[in-house]
Formats: sequence, C-alpha cells, structure tokens
Amino acid sequence: MNFAFLFDNFFQLTITGLALGAIYGLVALGYTMVYGVLQLINFAHSEVFMFGTFAVVWVVVFIHGTTSANQSLGSSLGLLALALIAAMLTSAAIAMLLERVAYRPMIRRGASKLMILIAAIGASFSLAEIMGLRDRIAGWFGLEDKLANYVSQARNVYSSPVTIEPHGVFTFVNYKVTDIDLLVIGAALLMMFALDTFVRRTRLGRGIRAVAQDPESAALMGVNSTRIIQATFLIGGLMAGVAATLYMVRIGSTRQNAGFILGVKAFTAAVMGGIGNLRGALLGGLVLGVAQNWGAALFGANWQDVVAFVLLILILLVRPTGILGESIAKARV
Amino acid sequence: MGTKHNLRILGAVAAAGLALSACGSTTSSSASAGSSSNCTSGQNLAFLGATTGDYGALGQNMVGGIKLALDDYNTKNPDCKVGVKVFDSQGDPDKATPLATQIVGDSSIVGLVGPGFSGESLATGKTFEAAGLPVISPSATNVTITQQGWTTWHRVIGNDSAQGAAAASYILGTVKSTKPFVIDDGSDYGKGLASYVKKGLGSKFDSANSDTVQTGQTDFSATVTKVTASKADAVFYGGYYAEAGLLVKQLRQAGYKGLFMSGDGSEDPAFVKAAGAQAANGAILTAPAGPAPADFDSKYQSVNNSPSGLYSTQAYDAANIFLAGLDAGKSSHADMNTFVGAYSGDGVSGPIAFDKFGDIKESVIFAYTVKNGKLDTANPTPIS
Repeated sequence: MNFAFLFDNFFQLTITGLALGAIYGLVALGYTMVYGVLQLINFAHSEVFMFGTFAVVWVVVFIHGTTSANQSLGSSLGLLALALIAAMLTSAAIAMLLERVAYRPMIRRGASKLMILIAAIGASFSLAEIMGLRDRIAGWFGLEDKLANYVSQARNVYSSPVTIEPHGVFTFVNYKVTDIDLLVIGAALLMMFALDTFVRRTRLGRGIRAVAQDPESAALMGVNSTRIIQATFLIGGLMAGVAATLYMVRIGSTRQNAGFILGVKAFTAAVMGGIGNLRGALLGGLVLGVAQNWGAALFGANWQDVVAFVLLILILLVRPTGILGESIAKARV
Repeated sequence: MGTKHNLRILGAVAAAGLALSACGSTTSSSASAGSSSNCTSGQNLAFLGATTGDYGALGQNMVGGIKLALDDYNTKNPDCKVGVKVFDSQGDPDKATPLATQIVGDSSIVGLVGPGFSGESLATGKTFEAAGLPVISPSATNVTITQQGWTTWHRVIGNDSAQGAAAASYILGTVKSTKPFVIDDGSDYGKGLASYVKKGLGSKFDSANSDTVQTGQTDFSATVTKVTASKADAVFYGGYYAEAGLLVKQLRQAGYKGLFMSGDGSEDPAFVKAAGAQAANGAILTAPAGPAPADFDSKYQSVNNSPSGLYSTQAYDAANIFLAGLDAGKSSHADMNTFVGAYSGDGVSGPIAFDKFGDIKESVIFAYTVKNGKLDTANPTPIS
C-alpha cells in the first residue's frame, strides 16, 4: 500500500476522480429514473450512452473532417454544442425506441419484472451488436463506401479526430485544475440541479413522482402513465447524451462495447447513492469515481474496481437503501 | 397499424443483431468440388479467435489475411478451391474450448490458423494435440505456450521474451533512460511481455515504477498521476492499442514528456487515432515483424473492402503455409504437420521456419515510430 503517493497527490487524484464520477453520475440518473418509476433495471441504458458517444464523433467527422487536430476547449465550443445536441437527440431517441419496442409491449401484457429484465439484457446486446455491425447495415443500403468515415471497421476503436487539449485554469495545492475538469464536474452538477428542480416543480415532474409512488392511483387521478414512462426514458436518454458528450471531451474514443463497463459503474453508482434517488445517483457517481482513483493509487490500477465494490458492500451493510436512501416518489416538494 | 408493423421489423432487426453476435461457425466461402487428380474437394482452413466482441477487430484483421491468401490460391487453382471456416471465440478461453472440439471433429479442416490470443491458445492446445491437427498461430506470443510440449502447435510470430528483451535494450541503449516505468493490462499477453521488459531492464527498473491497468479501461488518471509523480523518462506499455492510445494521450495531456513505447499489440493505425496525432508522435512500437510489402495493403483492400491491420500479414503467411502443404499433396493431419514443421520460406512478415518447439526460428524485432501523426509502417529500425 502506497500511502505516501496517495497523500502527495491527493488533490490530483480527487479532482480527476470527481470528473470521472460526474460522468458515472449522469448515466446513473437514467438508471435511477427508470427504476424509480418502473422498478425496472434498464440494462440497455449503457447502450443509450454508447450511441451518444458515437453521435459525438459523427458530428465531429461531419463538420471537421477526419484530419487529426488538437484544439483548446474555447475554440471547440461551437463544435461541442452541435455534438451535444446530436448526442442528446440520439440517446433520447434510442431510449424511447427501447421503451416502445422492448418494454411497453411486455408491460402491457403483464410480463413479470424478471422477464422485462431479461429483455433489457437482450436489448443491450442487440444495440451493441447493431453498432458493431453498422458497416454491414450500411452495406445493405449500398452506402458502405459513401459512409466509410462513419461506419468502416465497425468493431474497432472509433476516435474523434479533434482532441480537446486541457488547459490549467488554477493551481490547487499541487495540481493544476484544468478547464475540462471544471466543465465536466460543473455540467454534471448543473444537469443534476436542473433535473431535480424539474421533478420537484413541474407538472410532468409531479406526474413522474405520482406514477413512481402508486401507478394505479395515479392512473385513477387521470395521469397518463404511458406518457409518464415515455418522459422518464426521454429524460434518462437526454442525460446519457450529456454524459456521452462530456465523456468524449475527456476520453475522445469509443467503441461498440464502450457502454458496458461504464454502465456497470453507473449502475453501481445508482445503487450506492440509493436507487430511485436523483441526488443519490450523482452523489454515488462522485463517491465511486473518487474511491476508484484512491484505490488505484493505494493498491494499483487493477484493484480500482475491487476497492469500488468493497466500498459498495460496506455502504449497503450500513445503509441497505444506499447513501441517501429515499426514492424518487418521496422527493420532497 | 402501419407503425406497429414497422416496429415489428425493428424488433426483427434487433433480433438479427443478436443472432449475428452469437458465436459459432460460419462458412464464409465454401469450397466447390474439384476435378484435378490430387485434389480432395471441400477442404477448409479453420480460424479460431475473436471476430466479434471486445477484440473482434483483431480477429477480423486475421480473417482478412486468410481470405487474401485463399483468394490468391483459389485464383491459381480454380478446380480445387479451399474455403475458410471461422470459429468465433470472442477471445475467451472458455468459449474457445468447445469450438476446438468442433474444429477437430470437422474432417474437412486441414489446418487451423489461430488461436488468436495466448489465453485461448493455452486452453485449447491440448485438444489440437490429441487430434493431431496442425495449428499455426498468427498472434499468440506468450512464452509458455511452446513450453507445453505440443507437437502440432506453431506460431509465425516471435514470442514475448525476445520482444521484451529488445524493447528493454532500446529503452536502455538508444533512449538511455534512467527511470523507466512499466505498465501492463493484466492479460496473458500484456503481463508476459511487460515481465520480460522488466527483466531486461534489470537494476534500472524499480518495482515501485509499475502499474497494471485493465483491458477496456478508458480513464487512466490514477496511473497517469503515478507516472508523472515518479518523474519517469520512459514508459513501456504491455497491452493492446485501444488502451495504449488512450494512455499515451492522457499521459501527454498531464505533461509527460518522455518516451512512450509499446509492443506489437499496439502496432495498429487505431493507436494513433485513439491517441490523437500530437500525443502519438514519437511513440515507439516494437513488433516481431518487418514491414509488409508495399502492395500488400492494396491487395488486401481489394479482397476485404477494409484496410489491413495488426496481424493481417501473419495470418496471411500462416494460411499460405497450409496452402503450400495442400499443393504438395499433404492431406492427412500427420503429413501436414510434418510439412509445417519442416517448412521454410519467406512470408510477407519475414522469413519463416520453425524450431522443434514450434517457435519461429528467426525473429527480428523492429521498432516502428509514429511520425507526423502516422505510424510509419514502411521504415522500421531493427533492434539488435
């Protein structure tokens, strides 16, 4: 155990951990919203995120072309804004498609939660494979060559040609906090705040809480539960789109299975914070990201997941419902 | 009603995606009946490795190489076409084991190009040995595979011990590093290669200056902090290009100025793409293979509709050895195995002949440099 290293580089490890955790948190919001309303773990949410990351690269390739370039964050804002819109739309569309194709027919026929869970896992595989076979899908329409920059080598790493160079903004103890760190953490907090306000203050938000609390009574009171469920998936998808854009700013590469590990982490974050709880999702993400970095510093990077999951178990031993514990239904008005 | 119908179609597309991902064998080009006298019709080569899943890109590079070799052969021998049966293990030793049983049970298979990875090679070698099926791996470099005493197992690529020693001598001799840092991805391949680099670095290597990351990891902030805090002047990474590219990018963004070096697993154009041109520039990638002939890639593209990649040349060479065996009329496993063992010739990846363990006899390790945002595959420097 390397305590000296951890303490010497404490702030660097913490801030990069927070930036990583913020992305987990944003993806976790999607898991937690759907769980809060449907008590369903939407395993395919990781693929909703993955489609968002691809949308970001597609936009960059479409506008910028494929020549490799390094840009500062400031000079890429316009490009990133377009990428963000595309990622949010793509992720939201995939999330709603999932709801419509995979979940709604099953819920309508009264399928058990377990059956829907299996469907979620199946949908997750299908979406990842569709992305991994996109060259052949384009081939069916004869567009393989035309779209080569977008679909060729479908299973390989797909990287954004524009690398966003981080720039130090201010020095905190011995770490130069970068503009990308601030953007990622700030954006996650902002989205979290906006979503929390939305659920607590708006009419649709009240509907979401009503369906989460008691779908039958909500239906009797005139709440259209199908629409509410749709809205839940839509919001989860939009958040995943934001997460995908921030992820691509930090990491810059994706592939058809990029959602898997991140999805597991985000789901862990949701459980850690208290699944069904919006603030808990972000908190869980941040705690997980930091714990992972500290664990990697202490024991080596191959132990970071062990540390994260041991922490999860410890938290659940003390607080079985997660750190914040309450569900979306009980969010105070 | 129209929308409902459309959704059904979408559902079917999703199901098709699943079905396509299921592992198993697919015959890409079936052999047609031959008429020449020493031709047994319907013969196939087999490929075992990942063509879908996390490492699907690597396996597809190899299948592409095999298809190119078959295309050459079948054009020359239109009466005696040979096909390839692809067995997709997704690189997983557990999935490879039943597939190996399937392969040895298929009498149309004359030889196996593969397995792709070291882990699956160790898991399946015994099955091929028991059936006597000759095996030539284009890419499995773990040292212990050829120490198992298997007589049917060969590889057309130098093993990790030679490459690790060469990388270490480059770090100490050419770069004159005083503080090297060694990172691996924990895989049979990456860990093995990194351990030989550490061994080669000897007293210059301090065991505190090492870390193990995970395959599939994309955020290396803790490892990057470790490297920059250690003031290392050279980093060696044992693993594959996807992680290597992101690692060097994040190292450079954190201000690391020293050498970045990795092995054959990173010698793929996607390494530069993942890192970005600026971060990849100056990186040194070692590989136990010389540059491919200039026209290889264009020939490969015309058959496969995609550029060649890591291990394409080795797979092409491995397939050609079996095809030469078929030309020489070796149809039984035992004859073919003797033929492969005694084979000697020049492949596109270098001169090929096997020692009694199945390792390639002569393997020169080359250092490839990333220059001006491109992996310079044409002008590597041999490391002695």
